[in-house]
Amino acid sequence: MLAVGALLHAKQLSRSPFEITTALIVPVVQATLAVYLFRAGGEPGRLLEAAVGAGLMGVWSSVLFGSGGAIQNQRWLGTLEMIMLAPRPPALVVLPITLATALTGTYAMVATLVWGRLLYGIPLDFARPLLFAVAVPGCILGLGMFGLLLASTFVLLRNANALTNTLEYPIWLVSGMLVPITALPAWTGPVAAVLPTTWGARAVREAATGSGPVWPSLGICLAISLACLALGALMMTHVERRARAAATLALA
Amino acid sequence: MSEHAIEAVGLRRTYRSRTGWLRPQRREVEAVRGVDLTVGNGELFGLLGPNGAGKTTTIKMLNTLLVPSGGSARICGYDVVTRTREVRRRIGYVFGGDRGLYDRLSARDNLRYFAELYGVPGREQRRRIGELLELVRLDGRDDDRVEGYSRGMRQRLHIARGLLHRPRVLFLDEPSIGVDPVAARELRQTVADLAATGTTVLLTTHYMAEADELCGRIAVIANGRIQALGTPAELRRHADGRRVLEVEAYGVTDRQLAAIRTLPGVREASMDVVGAAQVLGVQSDAGYDVQADVLRALDGVRLGRVTARQPTLEDAYVAIVNRVAEERPIEAVAA
Repeated sequence: MLAVGALLHAKQLSRSPFEITTALIVPVVQATLAVYLFRAGGEPGRLLEAAVGAGLMGVWSSVLFGSGGAIQNQRWLGTLEMIMLAPRPPALVVLPITLATALTGTYAMVATLVWGRLLYGIPLDFARPLLFAVAVPGCILGLGMFGLLLASTFVLLRNANALTNTLEYPIWLVSGMLVPITALPAWTGPVAAVLPTTWGARAVREAATGSGPVWPSLGICLAISLACLALGALMMTHVERRARAAATLALA
Repeated sequence: MSEHAIEAVGLRRTYRSRTGWLRPQRREVEAVRGVDLTVGNGELFGLLGPNGAGKTTTIKMLNTLLVPSGGSARICGYDVVTRTREVRRRIGYVFGGDRGLYDRLSARDNLRYFAELYGVPGREQRRRIGELLELVRLDGRDDDRVEGYSRGMRQRLHIARGLLHRPRVLFLDEPSIGVDPVAARELRQTVADLAATGTTVLLTTHYMAEADELCGRIAVIANGRIQALGTPAELRRHADGRRVLEVEAYGVTDRQLAAIRTLPGVREASMDVVGAAQVLGVQSDAGYDVQADVLRALDGVRLGRVTARQPTLEDAYVAIVNRVAEERPIEAVAA
C-alpha cells in the first residue's frame, strides 16, 4: 500500500502545472543564491558544497510544502475525508503522501546540481560518489518520515499554509544546509542537534566533500527520523480524532 | 448479523468556532439536535431536508467523519465512536459534486489507490476495478485523466469508488446534484440495483421524485430534528385535506406573497423562480376555493398558466418543512 500510494501521489503531484513551474524555477534560484553567497564570502573553492546545500534546501522545501501543502491540497480536492475514512491507521494513509513529496524532492537536488553545473560551471567532483548516492536517498527518506510528524499538525489545522511558510527558512538555516552551524548563535545548537535535517544535510555534505565519515551522520538522521515517524504515527491517531471532533477534515 | 444496518439514538452535533484574537468571539451552531432513526438491512432509506437542515452532518456522524456531540449511533452493530475501524470496513461514502477525486490521475489509478486503502486484496483488485468500471459505464475511458470527465462521469466514478470493498451500508449524499436528467436516471438505476442486491443505502437528496421512486422509507429532517418519517405514501398524508394552486407569474412582490399567506383557507404559499417566470404554489384546505382570492391579491401582476391539482410528495415535504420554518437553529454567541 505504501509503494502504490507513494507512486500514485507522486504521479498526481508531478502533473500539476504549478509544481512543474516551481520545479523548473526554484532550483535555478537556489543554485544562483548559493553560488553568489559563497563567492561573496570569498570561498569560491566550496561551490560544490554550496550547490549540494542548495539542493538540500530544495528537498526540505518539497517535504515541508509537500506535507503541509499536500494535506491542504487533499482538503481542497475533497479527498482528505475520503482517505481518512479508510479502515487503516491514519499514519499509513498519510505516509505515502509525505514519501511522495520526498520523492519529488529528489528532483530538486538533481536539478540544482545540474543547473549549478550548466550555469556556473560548478564541477561535480564528489569525493565519495557511491556514498553520495546512498546519503541523498537516505536523507530524503528521513525527511519524508519527519514530514509525517509535520503532516499530523496539518491534518488538524485548516490554515496549515501559514505554518509551512514560517517553518521553511528557519529550519534550513538552523540545520546548516547552506550556512555552517558554527556560524550561528550558540543557542541554535541544541535545536539543530534534534533535527533530522541537520544530520541528513551533514551526511550529504560529508559524502560530497569528503569532510568526514558519512555513516554516523546518516545513521543519526535515520534514527531521529524513525523516532519522528513513531511520534508522528501516534500524533496522527490522536489528531485524526481531534480533527473529527473539531470538524476540520473538510474545507468548511 | 445486527438486526439494523443503521441505528441512531439522540444523535446531536454542535459546531464551535472562534473568530478574532484580541476580542475573540465564540460561536456555537447546533446543527443536529437529537436524531433517532433505524434503517433495516437491505433497506433504501431517504433523508430529505432543506439546505442546512443537518442531513450531511447526520451522515458524517454515521460514517465516522464527525464525532457526535451527544447521543450514539451504530452501523451493523458497531459503535461509530469506539469501533471506528469496524464501521469503516462496512461502509461506503459517496457525495455529490466535482470534488473527492484525484483529477490528474485516471479513473483506474483512482480506483487502484482506493482499493489499496480499503484493503482489497491485490489479486482481486484488477477484476473488481474492471467490474465496477463496467457497472458505472466508464470502461473505455478508464485510462483518461479525471480532469477531463463530465460531472456525470465523475459522479459515476465516485459510486464505483464507494463500492470497491463491497460495503454493506452505502451513504449517498446528494449524488445526483448538478447531474443532467439522463445521467441522473442512470444513477437512480444503479442505486436501485444496489439495493436489490442487499446493500443498505442511506440517500440524501433534494429531488422528491428521486426519493419517491427509490426509497422504501423517508425521513424529513429540518432544523436539526427529524420532523416526519414514513413511506412516501405515509408522508403524502401530511398534505391530506389540501389542494394546490399553481400560478405562473411575472413580478410578484414579497408583500403580495405575505398577503396571500394570510388569506382564509391558505395553509402554505411558496414561490420558485423557473427561468424568467415565478411559480407561486399555494396550498389550501380542500374545502376552500382560494383561486379567486389569490388572483385578486395578484392584481396588476402579469400572469401565465393557472392550475389546480392534488398534492404530491413535494407538497407534503413543503408542508412539513414550512411547519418548522419559524424555528431557527440555536446559535449562541459569547465573548
